[in-house]
Amino acid sequence: MFKRLSIIFTAIAILGMVLSACGPSASTYTCTDSIGCVKIGPTDPIHIAYLLVVAGPNSALGIDSRNGVEIAIDDAGGKILNHTIKFDGEDSGCSAEGGQAAGTKLAADPTIVGVIGTSCSSEARAALPLLSAAGFMMISSSNTAPGLTTPGDKNNYVPAYARTAHNDNFQGTAAAEYVYTVLKVTKAATIHDGSLYADQLQQVFAAKFKELGGTITEQTSVDPNATDMSSVLASIATGQPGLIYFPIFMPAGAFIIKQAKTTPGLEHAYLMGADGLFSPDVAAGAGADIEGFLVSSPAVSGEPYTAFLAKYKAKFGTGPINIFHAHAYDAFNILKAAIEKVAVQEADGTIYIPRQALRDAVINTVNFQGLTGVLTCNETLTVGGTPIKWPGDCSAAGMAVWQYHNIPFEIFVSPEVVWIQGTGVIKPVLAP
Amino acid sequence: MLRTWRQRITITDIFIWVIGLAIAGIVIWGTISTLEQGRYSASGWLDLTIKGLALGGVYALIAMGYTMVYGILKMINFAHSEVFMSGPFTAVFVALGLAQSGFLDRQPVIALVIISLVSMGVSTLIAVLLERICYRPLRNAPRLVPLITAIGASFFLQYVFRGFYGSGSEGYPTVAILKGTWNIFGIDVYKVQTVVIISAIAMMVLLYAIVQWTKIGKAMRAVSEDKEAAELMGIDVDRIIVFTFGLGGASAGIAGVLYILLFPVVNFYMGFFPGIKAFTAAVLGGIGNVPGAFLGAIILGLLESVGPNLFLTGLGIPSPSQLKDAIAFIVLVLILIFRPTGLLGERISRNKA
Repeated sequence: MFKRLSIIFTAIAILGMVLSACGPSASTYTCTDSIGCVKIGPTDPIHIAYLLVVAGPNSALGIDSRNGVEIAIDDAGGKILNHTIKFDGEDSGCSAEGGQAAGTKLAADPTIVGVIGTSCSSEARAALPLLSAAGFMMISSSNTAPGLTTPGDKNNYVPAYARTAHNDNFQGTAAAEYVYTVLKVTKAATIHDGSLYADQLQQVFAAKFKELGGTITEQTSVDPNATDMSSVLASIATGQPGLIYFPIFMPAGAFIIKQAKTTPGLEHAYLMGADGLFSPDVAAGAGADIEGFLVSSPAVSGEPYTAFLAKYKAKFGTGPINIFHAHAYDAFNILKAAIEKVAVQEADGTIYIPRQALRDAVINTVNFQGLTGVLTCNETLTVGGTPIKWPGDCSAAGMAVWQYHNIPFEIFVSPEVVWIQGTGVIKPVLAP
Repeated sequence: MLRTWRQRITITDIFIWVIGLAIAGIVIWGTISTLEQGRYSASGWLDLTIKGLALGGVYALIAMGYTMVYGILKMINFAHSEVFMSGPFTAVFVALGLAQSGFLDRQPVIALVIISLVSMGVSTLIAVLLERICYRPLRNAPRLVPLITAIGASFFLQYVFRGFYGSGSEGYPTVAILKGTWNIFGIDVYKVQTVVIISAIAMMVLLYAIVQWTKIGKAMRAVSEDKEAAELMGIDVDRIIVFTFGLGGASAGIAGVLYILLFPVVNFYMGFFPGIKAFTAAVLGGIGNVPGAFLGAIILGLLESVGPNLFLTGLGIPSPSQLKDAIAFIVLVLILIFRPTGLLGERISRNKA
């Protein structure tokens, strides 16, 4: 019995070998890329993943970016080089732990060509080493911490990493310039939450503010999950600052907005956040106290962007819910252009994407026409002694300051532009 | 005399005393140097103290749920933090509806009563269901079993509410009549904090009165002393336990409304930290003891609010407010070392022994 079974198995095995040898002839392309190639069969999709915060209190940030990519995929007809695009991903929770967990999952999937993400800089710090080791190219639409592209920084994983969002050296200096020259505030305090993004951004803000002649009364930090801000605000109030800059996230941002109004000495201080607090969640969380809250964030405009907004509205039934949708659109298109440039196509439709060549192509993107402007990823730019662009920084959008208005019971409360760097004041701000 | 002392004191005792003295020394040194700096004005300290009292009041009401359940079942109901979360997280939608229709501005007192009743109702219901579904079948199981069940129930409730209402934060509408300050004896006090402190004290007195002076309160104390004997005396133990859970749930529901008056943002994990703090307060005051929970909660609230700025600013520690939880839990550890029964726990435990 056993003998007969083993004969049958052997026969099947031999038949299998023969049949597979009769299949399509072996490939003519040999991968010579230093970190390998992704082989995509004639009917296989090209797999692009996202690593964004799409759940929890900061989900607007990641969902908005994902929406931007989905529109870019629609615009591409759902295909790259005649292969359908497979677009899926993981929630990264806007925390280092979330980035680590989601990054580990993605890194285990060798079909992934590139990753759009992360949303938050802390996630990038945890996920980048993993994705880089897996050979992926990662393009972020909303990471802004300077260290991620600064040469010599331990978080720098260029060329496996590029971003279409601005470097916070740019955002922080613009915010300081606005506060000192337009608001005429000379004393300010900063609060960060220990995240890579917030810490580096408030440092840049404080340095520029001091350089302009202002005084930083206190640089302090809060726990991102804290609800009671009374002791930290009482401490800040002793320095009597005219403005508090807290480039943090939700829900801590809403608690600071609410409690600053009831802290003696801070009733008339301006409150200012950054792009991390540009979201309908902030207005929902802070309620009526959102009135007059300022945020620094990039300004995107132009004809193609208006057309994009119409598509967004038609597809998702709402206007953009955050600031980085256009950046995500551009991130996807830069990746797509790079894939089209480096991919090797076989006659039967199989394509090979050499991973290192893809990275180099993305980093060497020059004069790319995007929604956010003309993007160049391999230049170094310095403004007033502060480097605002390193290789890996593709950003082209200008920086602006926005102000929230309390619109009761509006589902989506979007701030309005009050100032654009280089252009000047668009609208006077409400007094705090 | 000296000899018996020497025999009784171990190296561990000495070690613990040294640690205790070192912490006390740091606290005193930090306090003196902070006051010497003169960075905070008297009104600044007063503001922090009032905020601490308000926070302590909320902790006290949550702590009631832990301490009463412990008193009767000798079990820590770790799902109580979710009982606390469920009320205000549900009532936020009622509050938003009332605000949208303009009722909240026209009849703020009635609107607040409606919000409180909804919050109380939901918290009570969840607490009673917890007892019926999770704890009653395990009443005679080893003590670890209901404890683990409570932790599981806590996660279950968190994620059920996340599924119901979403994972984002919802802001409570501002109540116009509670905006601004009252001038009490020449001191400007925020109306919200005053209302929270007064309501919390009133609720505590009510709870104490129920436990001490009503028939059902007497029955509760009897069940807590000896369940079997109480049953033999004709007390319906099941009914008393359900009542205790309901009472704890109702006070958590009120605590939830007071909490959102102070911090008007709700989300599905909002119960976790206040729950742990209230549990700490209950242990600090002596678990199973109603006035003890109140005292522990007020001390904890004050320590959290005033402590970081008072003890740590003078030592030059940056961002002292980040260490407020550390201060609260160090105090808990010290109390457990030097007074394992809690501040007011001794008398009760001797009675029970």
